[in-house]
Amino acid sequence: MTTIYSARKIITMNPSRPEATHVAVRDGRILGAGSLQELESWGDYTLDETFRDKVIMPGLVEGHSHAMEGTLWKYTYVGFFDRMDPHGKVWDGVKDIESVIDRLMEADALIDDSDAPLPAWSLDPIYFNNERVTRADLDRVSTTRPIGIMHASGHILNVNSKALELAGLLKTGINNPGVPLGRDGMPTGELKGPDVMTPVGIHVGFDRDMLACDEQGMIDFAKLCVRSGVTTATDLAARLPDEAVNMMLDVTARKNYPARIVPLRYHHGVTPEELIDHALQLKTQSTDRLRLGMIKVVVDGSIQGFSARIRWPGYHNGAPNGLWYISPEHLRHIINVSLEKGLHIHTHTNGDEATELVLDCMEEGLLKHPSPDHRFTLQHCQLADSAQFRRMAKLGMCVNLFANHHFYWGDEHYKLTVGPDRATRMNACATALENGVPMAIHSDAPITPLGPLFTAWCAINRLTASGRTQGEEEKIDIDEALYAITLGAAYTLKLDDEIGSIETGKRADFAILEDDPEEVDPTKLKDVKVWGTVQDGRLFPAAAL
Amino acid sequence: MSDALQTPVTVIGGYLGSGKTTLVNHLLRNANGKRLAILVNEFGELQIDADLIEAQDDDIISLAGGCVCCSYGNDLIMAMLDMAKMDPRPDHIILEASGVALPAAIASSLSLLNDFSVDGIVVVADAETIRARSKDKYMSDTILRQLSHADIVMLNKVDLVSDENREMTHHWLNEITERAPVIETRRCAVPPVVLLRDFERPENVDKAFAPHQADNYHTGLSVPDGPVDPAEFAGRLIQETPGLVRAKGFVNATDGSMQTIQIVGNRIEITQAPFGVEAGVVTISVGPPQDA
Repeated sequence: MTTIYSARKIITMNPSRPEATHVAVRDGRILGAGSLQELESWGDYTLDETFRDKVIMPGLVEGHSHAMEGTLWKYTYVGFFDRMDPHGKVWDGVKDIESVIDRLMEADALIDDSDAPLPAWSLDPIYFNNERVTRADLDRVSTTRPIGIMHASGHILNVNSKALELAGLLKTGINNPGVPLGRDGMPTGELKGPDVMTPVGIHVGFDRDMLACDEQGMIDFAKLCVRSGVTTATDLAARLPDEAVNMMLDVTARKNYPARIVPLRYHHGVTPEELIDHALQLKTQSTDRLRLGMIKVVVDGSIQGFSARIRWPGYHNGAPNGLWYISPEHLRHIINVSLEKGLHIHTHTNGDEATELVLDCMEEGLLKHPSPDHRFTLQHCQLADSAQFRRMAKLGMCVNLFANHHFYWGDEHYKLTVGPDRATRMNACATALENGVPMAIHSDAPITPLGPLFTAWCAINRLTASGRTQGEEEKIDIDEALYAITLGAAYTLKLDDEIGSIETGKRADFAILEDDPEEVDPTKLKDVKVWGTVQDGRLFPAAAL
Repeated sequence: MSDALQTPVTVIGGYLGSGKTTLVNHLLRNANGKRLAILVNEFGELQIDADLIEAQDDDIISLAGGCVCCSYGNDLIMAMLDMAKMDPRPDHIILEASGVALPAAIASSLSLLNDFSVDGIVVVADAETIRARSKDKYMSDTILRQLSHADIVMLNKVDLVSDENREMTHHWLNEITERAPVIETRRCAVPPVVLLRDFERPENVDKAFAPHQADNYHTGLSVPDGPVDPAEFAGRLIQETPGLVRAKGFVNATDGSMQTIQIVGNRIEITQAPFGVEAGVVTISVGPPQDA
């Protein structure tokens, strides 16, 4: 059974035929793209004109996201920017602390049990001139229920007095850098760093494993994918115990599940040997819509949390260097064995010292285990300089740069964390491409919202939240950006032979757009409307979710 | 919550291969009836004699005599909160930090949990490699920070280096760590009393030393003449006892109360004493044989 879809325009990303008017689909795969006349030669077909006025692109690929974006929408959104939830409702951004309180009071009024916790997420005080939320602010919402707001960065939690009381921390005499104290000697209610957040977080309704995604979360995450034109998305760091894998296998196999999910097993909490064994075992469980068997290794922390490992001259504000989350010995071992056994690794490095360590380990590993097409990918890799990009190219590595970060925290990096010079080179997309490093760009959802067209907009315009252009020289053009969010990302996942372009034999995965991203003003790319997606030949209109 | 209900936690830090796991195994084998809970990042190389294991699942191994081993994976604090719910609570928790962790940061986080009190940070250093590692391109600052966090440094594997090398490294550690006592060990064979605060009288401590250790460890009993400021007394004890690694005992405070003093290296903890104890602080110090 063949269906031919007509479109206003089809952007194929196929270099030998970049544009078409029709695409033929059979058994969930692409039979061909071209003119109707050409496609008719395949025999009987049904002409579907649903997309007659739309623009079809290859289904977008998010190479660095977390499925927990779907889970977080259970909690109250108090971010600064407008953001769409899985049901299509756009939540207005809250612009000051008063509005945060108002939003929480609305949520408070909806919960009958006056002792039940009220969790909220995505606070970012840097947009309130760094004015901090205090427990007194949150006590105005409730003194009986514990309230907690997770910051957008995921590294700080603000709580009310009740939450501190339940955790036994409403007291003087606390001496911990992660617990700022007020004039009364008691905690202000701000808690910095996971180890400090956890003992209070459990009382405000944040679950045990923040990165774990439950069944409803998987379903909601896929809805967000459809709304942003994404047909394949990574779940970049998961422990993947058997129960979670079974749940994911079950959910993704349902006939109306609209996305292909690529979960990576992350290295924490197991020995290198256990990690490798688990990845090898997961690989055998892989299905079309749940691609298992890749490994994520977290090498350092975050730049805004001052836990990234950066090279001389260190942090601009003089903060001590960050933290290693793995030893060079373990990293080297995991890389060596993965090269030997054909496992595929993505590494998280934010700071340039962490990136340097990965490059050193790769250089050494590749001498022992030559691997012409390993595609090991540096994720975030925000501070890499041009010498490091040249090494990546030589070592056959890919990079997935955090273009969204530049918009949300670029000003902060310029003023505070790394200073003007290095802030300007952060997420150096142009340098990556100039040096021939295969590149993707990402959202790291839920840290920033899932939406590859927005991510492309970030990489093209390099605007910061305050409206400054930061790093004119590192801007890329629209074609490069669209490539990065389709074939570019697919390449880093070794899926570019199946997805990422509209050409014969590939999966019928499409992003259906109301506007033409190649024609719109590049400063408006983020506003291109998404109708929905086609995934494996199945139609998913966002309006029907 | 009263301090008496706080379970002591010893944080063991140190780089990969220094002997942290060996130390954990050593303590398990010499628990002497104490119910220890061992928390490790991952089970990995933790070799537990099979006949000791009573039950095992993914994250917890139950051992004969009431000891347990848990792997905390990516969430140490959650594992500690679970441990607080154990009934009965373990007598002492040994927390093995990962090779790249900063032990003071862990201790600082633990101090937020009312069910536990940090009973000292022990950092294990490999006599063969520690000085070279401290100059490593990537790990230098991490290793120096780990050592600077120590209440006690265990210079391990001293049998694998020359005497000259051992002395130089010992001296170098004294400089880096300033005041933390340095204990030299082979295969981490430290007398358990040094880490497990399990003693009341000097005689008990002396019995706990193996014959080959007795020359290097010294015990003493310090009884103040009258009421003292406990913190001041403890500080003086540290200054006046060369190589003091551990002290425990009771003093009459100037406010009329009886207080417990616990010292690990330079860490001092003062708490309300239990009823009916006698004044006197037992000290354990380490150093070359002293003339009696």
